[in-house]
Amino acid sequence: MKLLEYQAKEVLASLGIAIPPGVVARNPDEAASAFARLGPVAVKAQVPVGGRGKAGGIKLARSEDEARRAAEQIIGMDIKGFKVPLVYCETALEIEREIYLGFTVDRDARANILMLSAKGGMDIEQVAEESPQSIARLYPNPWRGPLDFELAQLVYDAQLAGLLRPLVALIKKLHRAIPELDALTAEINPLAVTKNGDVIAGDAKLEIDDNAMWRHRDLEEKYGGVLEGDPYEVEAKKRNLTYVSLDGDIGIIGNGAGLCMGTLDLVQRAGGRPANFCDIGGGAKAEVVENALAVILMNPRVKGVLINVFGGITRGDEVAKGVVTARNNLNMKLPLVVRMSGTREEEGREILKQNGIEPGVSGWEAAKKIVELSSPLVGKPGSTGRDGAR
Amino acid sequence: MSILLDSSTRVIVQGITGREGGFHTEQMQSLGTNVVGGTSPGKGGTKHLGVPVFNTVADAVRATGANATGIFVPAPFAADAIMEAAAAGITLIVCITEGIPIQDMIRVKDFLRGYPQARLVGANCPGLITPGQAKIGIIPQRITRPGAVGLVSRSGTLTYEVASALSAAGMGQSTIVGIGGDPVLGLTFRDVVELFEKDPATTHLVLIGEIGGSDEEHAADLLAKGSRLKAVAFISGRTAPEGKRMGHAGAIISGNRGTARSKEEAFRKAGVQVAETTDDIVGMLS
Repeated sequence: MKLLEYQAKEVLASLGIAIPPGVVARNPDEAASAFARLGPVAVKAQVPVGGRGKAGGIKLARSEDEARRAAEQIIGMDIKGFKVPLVYCETALEIEREIYLGFTVDRDARANILMLSAKGGMDIEQVAEESPQSIARLYPNPWRGPLDFELAQLVYDAQLAGLLRPLVALIKKLHRAIPELDALTAEINPLAVTKNGDVIAGDAKLEIDDNAMWRHRDLEEKYGGVLEGDPYEVEAKKRNLTYVSLDGDIGIIGNGAGLCMGTLDLVQRAGGRPANFCDIGGGAKAEVVENALAVILMNPRVKGVLINVFGGITRGDEVAKGVVTARNNLNMKLPLVVRMSGTREEEGREILKQNGIEPGVSGWEAAKKIVELSSPLVGKPGSTGRDGAR
Repeated sequence: MSILLDSSTRVIVQGITGREGGFHTEQMQSLGTNVVGGTSPGKGGTKHLGVPVFNTVADAVRATGANATGIFVPAPFAADAIMEAAAAGITLIVCITEGIPIQDMIRVKDFLRGYPQARLVGANCPGLITPGQAKIGIIPQRITRPGAVGLVSRSGTLTYEVASALSAAGMGQSTIVGIGGDPVLGLTFRDVVELFEKDPATTHLVLIGEIGGSDEEHAADLLAKGSRLKAVAFISGRTAPEGKRMGHAGAIISGNRGTARSKEEAFRKAGVQVAETTDDIVGMLS
């Protein structure tokens, strides 16, 4: 779960980290009253993705009117596929220097890594490329966390000796997000140093491990659901399916992430463009296939569907019957190609053929088939792929 | 011959009385796997599927001399189950459970440093199988046959897909290892390739990788130093959309590695053939 900036800052504040004064505004009036309370503010789009400044999602407001206008422009804007639900109005800081501070999971080392650099701000990735030695790193012990002397070494290595005490104290607070909140990334960039030497979180990124949400129901209740997100993804989540929206016109269902990704590759290679894919996980129970097909067909751009199921223990004839039932229940009229393997796959293919569904022998054959069958329909507007009311 | 597992390996199942654990224990037994017992807290002293059930792994090891385990316990308890197995002296730990929090796995990895003889496969993996001899996990034996191809993969269903194609073409497998797709896991591609390299019964190698991380690149580095295995690699996800990124921390440490292109490039440089689709693998291997 990726927290929005204001949510991440609330969490940081609860760990004792200093943040600038700020308030959330859901409409222009609220932004205007934020100005009345705080004075000049930065009006910031709240989206869980970087690069919002460059996308025009951050505006400085020096008057109530400017705050109102900024909110009007930013709320509802689309930034990298996210519709901005609200803005965060925050007192503009007088920054003397910007530091980079971040924890994340280093996959190669199978460990958490802590990074600190005196050269913080927007260009930190460039710094990492050009002078990697200017980023000090520490792998804290995952059972006891970082020790004082380790943090002191880190701060000295980053050439930030003058800020030793405040930085060590701050890093210890930020580290709590790892064991206590299952944070995968906890980043403050910039970490602002003000004229009187205070260190304040200028921005904050916090990502909580989805696998650990059962330990953090409070965070989910408080912060989940603010973002509208993709309506199809929301619907899929309700049905316990893994679903990803893409921008083409062929729907894909597969069992297993690797097979789904492999199928995307095949469809693209055959000249098609996937509209979405749905991973139905191990096995291929009839009701799961039906659920997946229903979600895939919600998207009106879908002009054909490819189902790629590898049945290890699952029986091919049962998968075929499930697919036929699902198609009939959903009254689906679009081209459908099913590629499956498993025990009794021949019988399964026979059942599909009898019901007018194209069986594919290999993934590659099936991909070519669905691209061929759906191409006459591509570009035609309208149909949801299903007859009658939903 | 084979790697990691054969018919003499003494296997227990943690979570043997659960639905998944029980079902797959039966499958393992039907292949001839030497399942010597299982654990289920509170059910020690009973029998299940013809083998004794113990409260703890230490009890099971004392009574049966088990040296390998398959873990089928729910995610909230899985990290502890791995550490329990290592502390009890188990040397091959196969964790099938998916959805284990990453911080739990990071602590597990640190803990395992104290048990260098313990090898972890997974978590979130289909396990491993030495066709005709034994398996720990959920790879369907029906699609495998004994032979000389070593197969190592990050994905479950793609492993089955390729194993099935190899078997149909008459190319049997020495051992198939599904290492799992989680960011923090046990054995890596490189570790498994090293084992295949030392196994005289393995003459061919298939690697099935995925976008993300740089484990494939590390395995390619190893193969570039010279290998006696005829190898083919396949990377899935070359057209997958890039994850919507947030923050810079990930980019700082990973740079340009992790893309399908970088992985394919690394394998080609190492003299490994790269398959465009899984359908091409069999042809390239023969």
